[in-house]
Amino acid sequence: MNRDRLTVWSAYLLVGVGAVLMLAPFYFMFVFATHTRTEIFSQPLPLFFSDAFMDNLKILMTRLPFWKNVGWSLYVALASTALTLFFCSMGGYAFAMFEFRYKKALFTLVMATMLLPSFMSMIPSFMIMDALGWIDQHRALYIPGAASAFGIFLMRQFASTAVPRDLVEAARMDGCGEFAVYWRIVLPLLKPALGTLGLITFIGSWNNFIGPLIVMRSVDHFTLPLALRSMQNPENTEWGALMAGSAIATLPLLVLFVIFSRQLIAGLTAGAVK
Amino acid sequence: MRLPPSLRLSPRWAPYVFISPFLILFGVFGVFPLLFSLYLAFQTWEPTSGLGAMQFVGLDNFAFALGDEWFWKSLSNTLWLAVASGVPQHLVAIPLAVFIHTSFKRLRDGVIGAYFLPYITSTVAIAIMFSSLFSRDYGLINSALGLFGVAPIDWLNRPETLKPAIALIVFWRYLGFNVVLYLAALQTIPKDLYEAATMDGAGRLQQFFHITLPSLKPMIFFGVMLSVIGGLQIFEEPFILTNGKGGSDQAVMTSAVYLYRMAFDFNDFGGSSAMSWILFAVVALLTWMTNRAFNPKRKAAA
Repeated sequence: MNRDRLTVWSAYLLVGVGAVLMLAPFYFMFVFATHTRTEIFSQPLPLFFSDAFMDNLKILMTRLPFWKNVGWSLYVALASTALTLFFCSMGGYAFAMFEFRYKKALFTLVMATMLLPSFMSMIPSFMIMDALGWIDQHRALYIPGAASAFGIFLMRQFASTAVPRDLVEAARMDGCGEFAVYWRIVLPLLKPALGTLGLITFIGSWNNFIGPLIVMRSVDHFTLPLALRSMQNPENTEWGALMAGSAIATLPLLVLFVIFSRQLIAGLTAGAVK
Repeated sequence: MRLPPSLRLSPRWAPYVFISPFLILFGVFGVFPLLFSLYLAFQTWEPTSGLGAMQFVGLDNFAFALGDEWFWKSLSNTLWLAVASGVPQHLVAIPLAVFIHTSFKRLRDGVIGAYFLPYITSTVAIAIMFSSLFSRDYGLINSALGLFGVAPIDWLNRPETLKPAIALIVFWRYLGFNVVLYLAALQTIPKDLYEAATMDGAGRLQQFFHITLPSLKPMIFFGVMLSVIGGLQIFEEPFILTNGKGGSDQAVMTSAVYLYRMAFDFNDFGGSSAMSWILFAVVALLTWMTNRAFNPKRKAAA
């Protein structure tokens, strides 16, 4: 019996130490953001917060159009979230509640693309953007993203259980047009799923690296991840400033995660679990 | 304001109207690129010379890729990283999920959150963070090792340490995701199975091997499949940490990084497309093999 308890307690300890190790890099990112470059790489190690955050921010602003980059990140993330929610809720509703030709084949095709490796479309996507004249344009980031297979999956799944057919029928009998049915009845019922998809889309766009890497060209148009990477320099990296920038890029996600962690975790693993 | 009935959307046309915005984008940015990439794989083309300058070259691009030692090197780097980051993910995630499932109540969400957080963080921020932690002079990891008398290691500039370092970052990033997958599967195992086993005198370890593990099998298959598909696409971590070059001796030039460089550094779009299809075939083959390994029954049925 005693040995059993010892095992359980050491397991608790192990899980706890593991959790600390998982979070440690975040802690040090925020700590380093408040230290100057020379302090970060000196002895004794900076283990606690200091007072150089504002100086780091100043360096960041001389090296990058930093607030512009933050603004573009926000703009692209919001635009892509709005478009994705609108298009995927309509599409998912149609897949869930209507019968139409090739419905099954279409849905299978959409789902199959979810499993395709992302590098498959890297080169042709660039060429399409080039042909459309969208290089270095933000629409190249938020418009393609709205064709989210995952969004369709999530919305269809949710609509098929959350939208009562009787309610839709009753609204039709009352003379509601189909778009009014979608807008006034279906959309409010989809709210929880819209919330989840919105969070996931926002975070995905905020973190997106490959998309902007391929199409964005000028630092003035860069989103935050790309801008931060452009500051990395093998000879002379401003580590304090870079940490401050990374901390600012991470903070909104931390806030969202603390508030919505259950919903986010459930949503992000939904495709796998169901 | 209400539209006159003649202008209103009828139930007959409604699904087509609802689906078309998505479908148009999906066609242009989802399906067309794939078809185009297949076409491109048989052409030679340089972006500077305009779209009209494409030339059909048959299987040349594929032949070139298969004879290219860098392609093979990138493939072996990718497999190395996929295995070194993927296998430990599951070996750790399964017992971890089982322990969280059985022994955590109040702190459960907090613990899961801590392990899951890296998954939603920007890869660029992660890479920046880790490149300072791994740096040779006074990086945190070397300083910590220094306390035990270990001489400073130049983690990110030596091929034999760069690879494990990247694998560690990938492991760190995706561990929580797998834990959540297994937790979801654990919730579906009926409790009375364990009760019956306890009555029969089966210990914790026996229960783990005889009830938990067999019940988790479908999820293990699914999780491993996701890791295979994900592992073969590793791009961002090595790309950012080595400044888009692949690192010393190209130790972490994964296939995805090589594809990118072929196209955007060396301007060979046709060759790059051909490689992406070869790589796709590898992913499909490995997925199929995973499927076979976990479902011996299906073989008999087919």
